[in-house]
Amino acid sequence: MSQLVFDPSKVMSIDHTKRTEYLDGLEAIRAAHKVLKEIAYTPSLPDKGYTNRSLYVNVDTLEIKEKPVTQQMKDVFIGGRGFGLYHLWNAVKPTTRWNDPENEIIISPGPVSGMTQYAGTGKSLVVSLSPQTDIPIDSNVGGFYGPLLKFSGFDALELQGKSEKDIILFIDGQKGIIRIEEAPTDPVDSHVLAEILTHMYAENEADLPNISVVSTGAAAEHSLIGMLNFSFYDRRRKCVRFKQAGRGGIGTVFRNKRIRALVIRGPKVAGDMNHPADPETIAKTGIKYHKEIRENDPHQCMMRRNGTAHIVEIMDAYDLLPVHNFQFGSHPDVHKIDSSYWQQRCTQVTVDGCWYGCSMACAKGADGLTVQTGPYKGHLVSVDGPEYENAAGLGSNCGVFDPDYLLELNFYCDTYGICTITYGTLTAFVMECYQRGILNRERTGGLEMTWGNAKDDLEMMHQMARGEGFGKIAGMGVKKMKEYFIQQGWGDAQLINDIGMENKGLEYSQYMSKESLAQQGGYALTNKGPQHDEAWLIFMDMVNKQLPTFEDKAEALYYFPLFRTWFGLNGFCKLPWNDVVPANNSEQPEAHKVPEHVQNYVDLFSATTGIKISKEDLIMQSAKVYNFQRVFNIRMGKGLRLHDAAPYRSLGPVTKEEYESRAERYDQQIITEMGLDPAGNTTEEKMAMHRQWRTGRFSQLMDAVYTRRGWTLDGVPTLARLQELGLDAFPEVVEVVKQHL
Amino acid sequence: MRQLVIDFQKCDAGRNCDHECEMECAIKVFKVDDPAQAALQIKAYEEGGGHAILCDQCGDCVVVCPTEALKRNKLGVVMIDKKICVGCYMCIGFCEKEAFMRNSDWITPHKCTSCGICVKVCPHGALSMVEVPEPAPRIL
Repeated sequence: MSQLVFDPSKVMSIDHTKRTEYLDGLEAIRAAHKVLKEIAYTPSLPDKGYTNRSLYVNVDTLEIKEKPVTQQMKDVFIGGRGFGLYHLWNAVKPTTRWNDPENEIIISPGPVSGMTQYAGTGKSLVVSLSPQTDIPIDSNVGGFYGPLLKFSGFDALELQGKSEKDIILFIDGQKGIIRIEEAPTDPVDSHVLAEILTHMYAENEADLPNISVVSTGAAAEHSLIGMLNFSFYDRRRKCVRFKQAGRGGIGTVFRNKRIRALVIRGPKVAGDMNHPADPETIAKTGIKYHKEIRENDPHQCMMRRNGTAHIVEIMDAYDLLPVHNFQFGSHPDVHKIDSSYWQQRCTQVTVDGCWYGCSMACAKGADGLTVQTGPYKGHLVSVDGPEYENAAGLGSNCGVFDPDYLLELNFYCDTYGICTITYGTLTAFVMECYQRGILNRERTGGLEMTWGNAKDDLEMMHQMARGEGFGKIAGMGVKKMKEYFIQQGWGDAQLINDIGMENKGLEYSQYMSKESLAQQGGYALTNKGPQHDEAWLIFMDMVNKQLPTFEDKAEALYYFPLFRTWFGLNGFCKLPWNDVVPANNSEQPEAHKVPEHVQNYVDLFSATTGIKISKEDLIMQSAKVYNFQRVFNIRMGKGLRLHDAAPYRSLGPVTKEEYESRAERYDQQIITEMGLDPAGNTTEEKMAMHRQWRTGRFSQLMDAVYTRRGWTLDGVPTLARLQELGLDAFPEVVEVVKQHL
Repeated sequence: MRQLVIDFQKCDAGRNCDHECEMECAIKVFKVDDPAQAALQIKAYEEGGGHAILCDQCGDCVVVCPTEALKRNKLGVVMIDKKICVGCYMCIGFCEKEAFMRNSDWITPHKCTSCGICVKVCPHGALSMVEVPEPAPRIL
């Protein structure tokens, strides 16, 4: 691949401060708010990354109370996702489901979150029981809410109960007030609601960056795939922007609890608010990294120019870009939506970090889009991204190569509060079902779901937001759609199951794993379902060829899920780890781990908390939480080998067209990998050979990975592993495991 | 815009002076008795000659600052608003001249603001203030 050269003369000239405003109704909306409960509290700043206080709010009983953060919580669960899982475990029973009042949404930023000197340090982790998977889901999200929550006094926020009325939870970390307000007339969709609430709760213009809003939109009320938008105020654009806690339907839980929004007004941020143990190390490590971005990013990924969309053309070139529901890996029209287009279309003369100090600044924005359909038709809006996942999921995977339509799909996913990755994969499934006659116009209620039909794609999304028609069926997600289509007798059950790209109930994210055994495991052998948060190995495996042997792949499926879990315990973003690397990285041992950056993380944790750790300790910290989460899944009725099964589309070619599109590669594999002769066999026979070989290989990988993780061959952590990790201190955890040994 | 420049035909990189420029800057501007904290640093090469680390007001730091704490004043000089700065140090990391500095005792970074205090005390008359056109903001 040749490196794309950035040409500033081609950047489109768009006034990034112009957009439709929604503040006219603000005063009437404010007047309709009614205080249901208000308490005073004493705000406090963290000490060495922790405030040692956790906030519990029951939106039904209106109980608001503080809980201490114990030493055991910090030792075992660290923070972020760990605290979320800990609180959720204590809140639910094995029979609890997503829409029961005891289900919680927990937001926790982690001890390092809120640091301003290193890139990617403003993350919050959101945990809940998922409506899609019935097991815990965790989502790593940017925006300002998490850091401002901590700087207002709390390491975590637990939300429990179900309100009868739409409510807003307001935390004022400047004045020390927590208030639950009834919000009867607030707008529903995020881009309107968050703009109004940001201005409503800010006391003046200088206060706007101190406000962050968590919200969702209309589609979260009528689907299982709702997400949460975490806002931050963009000073240059003078608007509210979002990062998304996307996967697993937490936005659906949010609206089921009748929460309209969470609003925080934090103190004005400064560079030392975590009160770290060793600010000097943090400053030096941060400055070193900023220099690395300045010097290396223009020659490596160009994250500052393109964001994550820089890999669209790389994935296409390596035949790994999902096209037409993961059938194919490239498409001749990809150049219309690759980074050469987005770097012209996205505003470049601005600052795009989603927390202070993020020099990687990948949160690109496409300004000046005039919406063509739906309730905001004619409005001038700014669209975040598009990120790679959105370009691939809403774009190539559905055959949509018109960038304006892609942006509009992205805009509506965001404001309606649905996950772009999930929506992309489920729409691709719908379109393939349409292609194969499993669906037709009658069954879709008139929607013509052909590849690339963005208008009907958008109409399906508008239906989802209105809770009508086929959009409501699609909003159940791929797993429930599969069950429904089979139940209706609309097609062959095996074909439907083979092409429906979900595992544990969660839709696959946008990488074609068919030719990468490591990524097949990276998707299916996960705690929360197939996403690239845990083990994004496809690039290492297929592009950089850093995992050549079976053992390398199994080891990577031990190490990387644990390494990447650690980001979520602390409030880090993963991208600064390997989307830029030191110039001499390739000369280092284990270059695929980016050893200098791992040392940075060790140093940043130690310097924040005052607890000296090593690279090995880092992995052990994660292993505790990772194995706890695995046991949590088992407690909720999943988490065993059978639940790690992968749809065959993720392992190999399901259809004749797929096989024939790569016939040379597949025929060669029959010779070299299976020791057989493809000559004289029909395509169907060769597909059968591949199926046997590929499913067998995947099963072998499961054995190797489970063994390396210290699990039984049924995927259950052994008692010895629990003891090694200190999890035997929790009798309930041991009890769950004992039932499966 | 107003810019501090140094003439190495006149400056001998501190070989025959007491680094008055650095000392004056440290004491008068930053109120510290340590020339290493000055916004202007003169470095001598072993083989003769030397170079100066100083801000030329190019404005790259203004482009990358996430809080708009860095802005040009009426003279075109880039100034930092310490009340807005969140101490992220992107200005330091993105300064190609390494003219943005930090001191372990302060959260906010600092740099030369073309105040001219150093110009008056240079025994060789090597420092001067000049007026140059303001460059267009770069995309960084």
